[in-house]
Amino acid sequence: MSKFRKNGSKKMQAISTASLPDIVFMLLFFFMVTTVMRETTLFVQVKIPDATEIKKMEKKSLVSYIYIGPPVERMQEMHGTAPRIQLDDSFAKVSDIQEFITQEREARDEKEIPYMTTSIKADETVKMGIITDIKQELRKVNALKINYSTRKRERD
Amino acid sequence: MARTRRGLQEINAGSMADIAFLLLIFFLVTTTMDVDTGIARKLPPMPEEEQPPPDILAKNIFQVRVGAGDVMLFEDESGKKVRGSIENLKEAAKMFIDNNGVNPNHSENPDKAIISLVNDRGTSYKMYVQVQNELTAAYNELRNDASLNKFGKRYIDLSKEDKKTIKKMYPQKISEAEPISSGK
Repeated sequence: MSKFRKNGSKKMQAISTASLPDIVFMLLFFFMVTTVMRETTLFVQVKIPDATEIKKMEKKSLVSYIYIGPPVERMQEMHGTAPRIQLDDSFAKVSDIQEFITQEREARDEKEIPYMTTSIKADETVKMGIITDIKQELRKVNALKINYSTRKRERD
Repeated sequence: MARTRRGLQEINAGSMADIAFLLLIFFLVTTTMDVDTGIARKLPPMPEEEQPPPDILAKNIFQVRVGAGDVMLFEDESGKKVRGSIENLKEAAKMFIDNNGVNPNHSENPDKAIISLVNDRGTSYKMYVQVQNELTAAYNELRNDASLNKFGKRYIDLSKEDKKTIKKMYPQKISEAEPISSGK
């Protein structure tokens, strides 16, 4: 009893905050490691369709992205509203895809090339004509693994 | 001089937490945890030279046509092409694949069954993804059923080897023809 009384009678002691930086640093390192910074700014509006039979994409470093959609509002004055293709940080034509894939391949290790995937991120409203053209180009450079980027939807 | 004799003074580490917090908040904001998901497909390689199309019995092909206005046509039980909706596509595809020669208008066995998908250049991407999704769902369900029958486990819980056996029973054969163009 006396043990408690002694404490109670004294003024409340401040909790030591000395370990606070350690805790925060731990969190910091966690987020630093998991962070993937978005490397491209989108010039096109892409609202990807949803699907139920989706798969997770593995090995993000081996994925090249092709964005297709109508230009974002601030670009519409210059580029119109018709769907455009975006590769890396610029608008592109269908004929640029072969070169893009070649460049992506050169940046990777030779052993990894067969595992490279092309992810097609296209807006819902885009017509299949442009997608088919892209697929033909990809076939020409033998980049056969593709992925239609979709969001998850539950089956009703 | 007096200071050195007293030993090194400790640096006040009180603001360390603030600095760490600042960095933490920066990474919190920039972090994107989302994983990319999608429907995986493999494109057929470009044909080396002009070669005649392989000889396939008409009944082993299940044709799905999606027109410019997202109107869909596929075969019904009698083998006739009728207008169908996306809700019925999965069941129709499953019936066709898992026919095993019962219906003379459908496939002989799942191994020979080929789904042929024909698009128009004016088909919307949303519709296309949906059709692809339903066809994938048909195969996934068939594989799952087969796996439950054979191993008593769901397909996704199977080992790699077992998955291969099931995949062999129901190989996913979706062929995409060059798109037709009925106008822009």
